[in-house]
Amino acid sequence: MNLKLKIWRQANASVRGKFENYVVRDITPDMSFLEMLDVLNEDLLSRGEIPVAFDHDCREGICGSCGFLINGVAHGGQKGTTVCQLAMRFFKDGDSLTLEPWRAQSFPLVRDLAVNRSAFDRIIQSGGYISAPTGGAPDANTILVPKEIADSAFDAAACIGCGACVAACPNSSAMLFTAAKVHQLNLLPQGQPQRDQRSLSMIVAMEEEGFGGCTNHRECEAVCPKDIPIQFIGQMNRELTRALRHGERKFAHVTRDAEPAEVKR
Amino acid sequence: MNSLATAPAKTGRAIKPGRLPGNPALALWSTPIGKKVVMAVTGGILVLFVIVHMIGNLKMFAGAETIDAYARFLREVAQPELGYSGLLWIVRIILLVSVVLHIVAAAQLNRMNRLARPVGYEVKKNIATSYAAVLMGWGGVLLAIFIVFHILHFTLGAVGFKPGQYEDLQVYHNMIIAFHVWWIFAFYMVSMVALCFHLDHGIWSMLHTLGWNTRKNRRTLRALSRLIAVVVFLGFISAPIAVMAGWLH
Amino acid sequence: MLDARIPSGPIEDKWDTRRFEMKLVNPANRRKHSIIIVGAGLAGAAAAATLGQQGYHVQCFSFHDTPRRAHSIAAQGGINAAKNYRNDGDSVYRLFYDTVKGGDFRSREANVFRLAQLSVNIIDQCVAQGVPFAREYGGLLDTRSFGGVQVQRTFYARGQTGQQLLLGAYQALEEQIAAGTVQMHTRRDVLDIVVADGRARGIITRNLITGEIESYAADVVVLATGGYSNVFFLSTNAMASNCTAIWRAHRRGALFANPCFTQIHPTCIPVSSEHQSKLTLMSESLRNDGRVWVPVKQGDTRAPNQIPESERDYYLERRYPSFGNLVPRDVASRAAKEACDSGHGVGPGGQGVYLDFADALRRMGRGAVVEKYGNLFDIYERITGEDAYQAPMRIYPAPHYTMGGLWVDYDLMTTIPGLFAGGEANYSDHGANRLGASALMQGLADGYFVLPATVPNYIGSTKLEPVDTNHPAFAAAKSEVAESTNRMISMHGKRTPDSIHKQVGRLMWDECGMSRSAERLKKALGTLPELKREFWSNLALAGTAGEFNQSLEKAARVADFLELAELMCIDALDRNESCGAHFRVESQTPDGEALRDDEHFSYVSAWQWTEAGQPPVLHKEPLTFEHVHLAQRSYK
Repeated sequence: MNLKLKIWRQANASVRGKFENYVVRDITPDMSFLEMLDVLNEDLLSRGEIPVAFDHDCREGICGSCGFLINGVAHGGQKGTTVCQLAMRFFKDGDSLTLEPWRAQSFPLVRDLAVNRSAFDRIIQSGGYISAPTGGAPDANTILVPKEIADSAFDAAACIGCGACVAACPNSSAMLFTAAKVHQLNLLPQGQPQRDQRSLSMIVAMEEEGFGGCTNHRECEAVCPKDIPIQFIGQMNRELTRALRHGERKFAHVTRDAEPAEVKR
Repeated sequence: MNSLATAPAKTGRAIKPGRLPGNPALALWSTPIGKKVVMAVTGGILVLFVIVHMIGNLKMFAGAETIDAYARFLREVAQPELGYSGLLWIVRIILLVSVVLHIVAAAQLNRMNRLARPVGYEVKKNIATSYAAVLMGWGGVLLAIFIVFHILHFTLGAVGFKPGQYEDLQVYHNMIIAFHVWWIFAFYMVSMVALCFHLDHGIWSMLHTLGWNTRKNRRTLRALSRLIAVVVFLGFISAPIAVMAGWLH
Repeated sequence: MLDARIPSGPIEDKWDTRRFEMKLVNPANRRKHSIIIVGAGLAGAAAAATLGQQGYHVQCFSFHDTPRRAHSIAAQGGINAAKNYRNDGDSVYRLFYDTVKGGDFRSREANVFRLAQLSVNIIDQCVAQGVPFAREYGGLLDTRSFGGVQVQRTFYARGQTGQQLLLGAYQALEEQIAAGTVQMHTRRDVLDIVVADGRARGIITRNLITGEIESYAADVVVLATGGYSNVFFLSTNAMASNCTAIWRAHRRGALFANPCFTQIHPTCIPVSSEHQSKLTLMSESLRNDGRVWVPVKQGDTRAPNQIPESERDYYLERRYPSFGNLVPRDVASRAAKEACDSGHGVGPGGQGVYLDFADALRRMGRGAVVEKYGNLFDIYERITGEDAYQAPMRIYPAPHYTMGGLWVDYDLMTTIPGLFAGGEANYSDHGANRLGASALMQGLADGYFVLPATVPNYIGSTKLEPVDTNHPAFAAAKSEVAESTNRMISMHGKRTPDSIHKQVGRLMWDECGMSRSAERLKKALGTLPELKREFWSNLALAGTAGEFNQSLEKAARVADFLELAELMCIDALDRNESCGAHFRVESQTPDGEALRDDEHFSYVSAWQWTEAGQPPVLHKEPLTFEHVHLAQRSYK
């Protein structure tokens, strides 16, 4: 099949970008969307033109590298599927497709369809972990985790950090991403000691990165390749009020002052 | 040098909650999620109010005596402990504070949300959201205008009436006169449609924001939200339509 | 003579013995020592986090935009550990025994024993981090059986164990980044290793965003850059998985061990078009209930459901009656290739065999099949558009894992002092064939436990002269990198990096893939220099080296694959025996099974780079087996 592509081209964040039109021919239904772009890029390169940049790696829908909007829908519109797993049989001969990068203040553009998602890393740095220095762990089976808890934690942990939730959200909100990690770690027994501090810290970090707020449109959930449900957002809101009720800020304040001077250097 | 005292092998760091105010209420208000919670709680108060208000309005169908007596009751209740209109003023202040908080939070969040995407999409399709959710902001603006007009109109009689038409606490009389004016009728109808939409998304949003939404009960919560929105809508429009149609006179 | 520096004493005590011998570094001094870690997968992220926790100044490098994307994330099945939670007879000794035997007696006993010992601690560590492993209703950890061993020792997190383990390590790493002990450098390709005064003292990187060539100096360099299956172009590896860092280390003096030991996974979705960019693995567990067959008639183009039972050849059940469809990976892969090569293959190009669930559907009912394999059937349908409940799946083997890698001693140090290699990047633990669910185990054992003990020992026991990036070795390496980058970008030829990569991949798959012969290996060795010339004279790139340029990144990787491919063929030619995943047609039993030659080949081949165009020099590390008895594997 033949397709018309309209792709956002922008060499880097400091120059202006624009849409360019391309035609790709002889695409077979078995190809993945990214393989279709490979065909375009091979063609561009053999003509001495600069190929379209896009992040991708595992092409199995698990690494979270790939992602852009196809005709206004993050990852293209097949439920629970990243663009790398989206087969061309999802489209028809003659289709016109507009490809745009994730757009958000917090995801600066790198080139063409590739963006910088390091804001997600900084949210994790703010508290998206359980402090468990290597070597001190007790025998694994001394920590009992009811199956329902483990399953629900896994549902949240399945997030691949692709950023589609932010891209699809009318407010560029990172609530689904943050809520999934808060839910996973705050639900497990291992996460309890740092629970309230984690909630507060990650929520503040999310705002400081410049993401918007949630207005409950459910767009994030609809495009999430791992089907992470928005109920985790409601749970995170509760974690916030819980933490404030507990007044953990005061403990955190004491902890901060009690830190050895070494760390501040 | 005593190396034990310096303990440099720090294995991590305390998770720091950043720059949150010490007062829990202020801390809540300073986070976007906290503002959402405030919107949910104040929205909940306002939902309860519109339900009670709607039920009060239905007394139109029981005749002038009943609804006018109800108006007097609202002022005389809890007398003498709170004085004439005492309880009413308490409720009014709670409602006023709720409305102000609701609107301020909405405005601040809206600003933040717009800043979060400085460059928009050429093509963006919404695949999950509803008209109600998309229209939340504009509907809210319309409802704010409506509330101001409504208070000036029915509570104070300052607008919408010809001089001498408005009579304090003569609810039935005032309503009959008011809804015979076509533009007032039309404005109320449009506003009630906006209210219906606002409640459809708002009630579910409130339940979700407060963490009551689960995978299992989601359909129920959404249906409940829509049901309340539609019932409130029908309740509110019934009296004006009855007036306009001449069933009440 | 290669010295693996294996501690003396009984095998159970070797690791303890070594740890006690080790020199320690005073906690107050650790911050003054810097460690470069290349790669942020299981081994890299775990080592970076742990060494950061100890107080060292760690710099970690990844070509991804965030350390959470490494290809460790794609491992599905699980992670082995000798916990014996099932009380089914498992033990450290049994895991050790299974691994040595599964590796077809080409791994080092002492290393494998340590791996089995540490497997127990890995699970503890990951659970403490909040990795959501599967649980029983009582709250205890669940395990399952995997890869033909007789105990249930595989811990798992649905079909995404690798992802969850990597996220655990990633979160520990991010914690250390926040604490300031680890500096993360993302979107950096490591293009050379700097050896100054005989020791590894730094790296040269290309900043993938700006194109800048940068130098970083440190006291130690650790490579945890994964495997090189992408030499075949089509593999189950991620698109950007590459051999550049280990190959550059090899060119700087690190010996490369057993390059020809590459594992081919039997159950992948077959190639569907010439534009295919990668192969998708389907969990091996499918062979528990699916039956593998091909049509008896050559070139039979009938739909599978039209072929009567009597005209089907269930070749695994026929040839291996006792193991049937559950023979090990290497045996299943080779049998599929033989079926297709003899004209019985199905699907496009005859490159596929059927994996049929009709019997299972009849026996277990559709509900049970959906519950057990539903997600795999969904993946299959998403990729092929075919419904495997109606017609059998088509599968074909695909390159998956490389047992070979940089030669390391017991401490995981390469032959360049101060250069360590962990995870799939080293050769150490899997011999000639890796067992299922052992890759995650090895990556984390190296990352959480071995490297954080041996790297400090190196720092503590070595007098390290101060070296910074002003050392002449940095300038020299940097200019070499810049020169080769500029050469590639300014060639303006006709061949794209991908087109050359596809060609070398096809060649390697045909001549150095599942079965190898002296004649064909020699043929490949004749062709590879031509391809290399083609690459270095006719490469097509666009744009400049001073910007985000993904084709340039690709080209640099292909350049190294071309050289590695040659070494793989040389090694495969040298090893005139069949063992594990390496099958030489000259060395087989009368009924076509792999035949090991312990008398002549019981050694690790460690190759030394001489110079471009010169043959590499072979060093042999003899392998002795004191605890596991040498035996021919049989699955009849």
